[in-house]
Amino acid sequence: MREPAMFKAHQSNKAATINPLKMSQPLGGALALLGIDNCLPCFHGSQGCTAFGLVLMVRHFREAIPLQTTAMDQVQTILGGYDNLEAAVLTMYERNKPEVIGVCTTGLTETKGEDMRGALATFRKRHPEVSDNCHLVFVNTPDFTGGLEDGFANTVTAIIDGMVTPSEMTVSNRVNVLAGSHLTPGDVEEIRDLIEGFGLTAVILPDLSTSLGGRQPDDFKATTLGGVTAKEIQGMGASVLTLALGEHMRKPAEALERKTGVPFLLFDRLVGLEAADRFIKALADVSGQPVPARVRRQREHLVDGMLDGHFYFSRKRVAVALEPDLLAAYCGFLQDMGCEVTAAVAPTQSPALEKIKAWSLLVGDHEDFETLSHGSDLVISNSHARQSVDRLGTPLVRAGFPTFDRLGAGHRVVVGYRGTRDLLFELGNIFLANDHEHASHDWKHDPKMEDHHGGPHAAA
Amino acid sequence: MLVDKVQEVFNEPGCATNLGKSEKERKKGCTKALKPGAAAGGCAFDGAKIALQPIADAAHLVHGPIACEGNSWDNRGSKSSHSQLYRTGFTTDLSELDVIHGAEKKLFKAIKEIVLKYDPPAVFVYQTCVPALIGDDVEAVCKFAADKLGKPIIPVNAPGFVGSKNLGNKLAGETLLDHVIGTREPEVTTPYDINIIGEYNLAGEFWLVKPLLDKMGVRILSMISGDGKYNEVATAHRAKVNMLVCSQALINIARKMEERYGIPYFEGSFYGVSDMSDTLRNIANLLVERGAPTDLITRTEAIIREEEARAWRRLAPYKERLAGKRVLLFTGGVKSWSMVSALEGAGLEIIGTSVKKSTKEDKERIKKMKGEEFHMWEELKPSDIARMLRDSEADIMLSGGRSQFIALKAKVPWLDVNQERHVGFAGYDGIVALVEEIDKTLGNPIWRQVRSAAPWE
Repeated sequence: MREPAMFKAHQSNKAATINPLKMSQPLGGALALLGIDNCLPCFHGSQGCTAFGLVLMVRHFREAIPLQTTAMDQVQTILGGYDNLEAAVLTMYERNKPEVIGVCTTGLTETKGEDMRGALATFRKRHPEVSDNCHLVFVNTPDFTGGLEDGFANTVTAIIDGMVTPSEMTVSNRVNVLAGSHLTPGDVEEIRDLIEGFGLTAVILPDLSTSLGGRQPDDFKATTLGGVTAKEIQGMGASVLTLALGEHMRKPAEALERKTGVPFLLFDRLVGLEAADRFIKALADVSGQPVPARVRRQREHLVDGMLDGHFYFSRKRVAVALEPDLLAAYCGFLQDMGCEVTAAVAPTQSPALEKIKAWSLLVGDHEDFETLSHGSDLVISNSHARQSVDRLGTPLVRAGFPTFDRLGAGHRVVVGYRGTRDLLFELGNIFLANDHEHASHDWKHDPKMEDHHGGPHAAA
Repeated sequence: MLVDKVQEVFNEPGCATNLGKSEKERKKGCTKALKPGAAAGGCAFDGAKIALQPIADAAHLVHGPIACEGNSWDNRGSKSSHSQLYRTGFTTDLSELDVIHGAEKKLFKAIKEIVLKYDPPAVFVYQTCVPALIGDDVEAVCKFAADKLGKPIIPVNAPGFVGSKNLGNKLAGETLLDHVIGTREPEVTTPYDINIIGEYNLAGEFWLVKPLLDKMGVRILSMISGDGKYNEVATAHRAKVNMLVCSQALINIARKMEERYGIPYFEGSFYGVSDMSDTLRNIANLLVERGAPTDLITRTEAIIREEEARAWRRLAPYKERLAGKRVLLFTGGVKSWSMVSALEGAGLEIIGTSVKKSTKEDKERIKKMKGEEFHMWEELKPSDIARMLRDSEADIMLSGGRSQFIALKAKVPWLDVNQERHVGFAGYDGIVALVEEIDKTLGNPIWRQVRSAAPWE
């Protein structure tokens, strides 16, 4: 066994990114906006910027995705994009009457340099009939810096800056939840259940559980259906506490605290026994309520699962490539269970990476990941790892975004005791299924094997 | 210059729609001005990549920020029987510093890394909006790299903001004409050599057609581009006949190859029984006109007779179950009308089709087949489709993945007939597969269950 190193993530320094792990900032921005009710997200760029993002989200969530474009062409880009931006917002408002319109910039408009703050002020002055009736959130999310998680965080911050109002009064049983991009609609649903179990109500920003969990609308709608409402967002200042889920929710939580004085607690992950314990303890403290019997049973079940399952996890080698906060969550849990994380690869830098213990920690792409995954017992990544694992012959557990070649990506739950328990069984069963059935020839003495980890057993 | 190229493409004389336009209209181009806030569809880069990426043994490098490739790689169902390199996503992933300083050096380095690591027969380099804006000269970098590395490095100058997906298809065609076709000689030629242009081998469906061509004795000199090989595309100018499959997308290749190399072309389809037969017949006739022995025609007619009989025999059992079921076709272009006769042959009733991407000839043909009463929608809003489906005007919708939820949320059966599908619909076997898919979907027991309200409601 090698001691897991802890160091700053190296940055892959190739000129060609091969099999990208990274996705763009505006895509993360759109994802955040999709968790707001009656909202229409829009990319300020060429129509292709929207088309690619849209298709990817449709394939992942298997849901209709409202996402518009300012449809910039060459000439308009050079002359400046305000006219298109204004025209797009007016058209979206007239056609669909959304309560919230969110516009994310792209690489195209950011190269020219788009002053979104100025654009918002100009628009408000020119079209009060729209801005008085519809919340406008304009965000800078250039494609050429950061990635999906950054775009998500920046957009949540912009929503808070633009929509939340400070409150005189406090609602004693209300908490805010800033739900990071690493959480699926299913995770968010589970988190709400846990919170409500303590007699608390949660304002969840963004709330993908009610918008992208699989709705059955009565009629065709070109805006989001479900999600946190504009009114609930405005009232976030009246909550007693903000639960910020994921390191990338720190900045939005700070912005919310600055604006409203609502303090926050940050939970870097909700996967794993102790991680879930911290969350449940916090809920018990803020509510003053005892931990519900149902949650106590769930904890017991997880503890039991850990006892039954740990045999199959000890010193298993697992390689993980995911967005930073989800990467940290999975790596943390694997370590909790006695696995060795051979490779942890993230698409972008993040403070979340500092907590990861792995043989190799890298900011890179799927090609780097494939190289580092050799000899692993299991690979955990998004669907884009499917080609690598075919070549490696290693089982792949699909997690994160995008998961386009499996059903139920939106309902994968790994948070809390129950989610952790299910994850434990899922991974444990793969290890169990792939464990070698021994035969007598396994016990032949092979001097070459002595230095190998785990001896002949592991090498078999 | 890209501007000239775009104008040239807009002037395409082979395009029927174009011919019907005035000089002034032509200059404006094929694409309607996009309405900000109410537009949908891919960009020119998307179109160019769709057209070229199926050339499977080449590396396809996207010069741009992460959105262009990171959000889109490995997203299409083109299949390859040989190299899988085309499914590898390559991008220069431009950073802020690259945008400030220019990224030509980075692009060259990236090309070099790819050539050293993967040794592909060629690298296609796609220009995108951001480097086009900052003035990266992709053509110059490619030329330099080709000289240095001794390999074809091909610039694809179709940044997203120059126009639509369709324009990108055509710019991709221009790229092949300018840089690839005619750059190599085939080892041997035969009187039976053809190119297939505009077929992307989605779900591997061309493999349902290829055995028939083999049986006829026809040799495919190059595929442009599904299951394509770079070096074969380079020899395409030696074919005797070109078949153009998706008429709107790559017509410029077929027409200019006729102009430059005297290769006649015809537009055909692999979808539907009679269209498939017409296609085989056309290939045989044109090859004979160009000097192939005449027994090719007799051989082909025998194959057609046998295959048609077999197809109709296989479609017959569906007739009873599918009789009177109404189909709404909501998909672009050729595919729509090609499938109509076969679907009707299986007892289905087609209530209407979208003709957004169809040519004038396509529309005339549909009219002839279906009469003036038949619905042909130029622009159908999602809410209109939803209403039609809810009002039970159709039993099933056939469309592309993006519109699937209009049907599924209305709890109406839906079938993917576009790029993401996993079943091939080409050829005689393909049309039987399509009808089988429709039958499976319509016959699935979920529909009654999902339509009934919860018992407490």
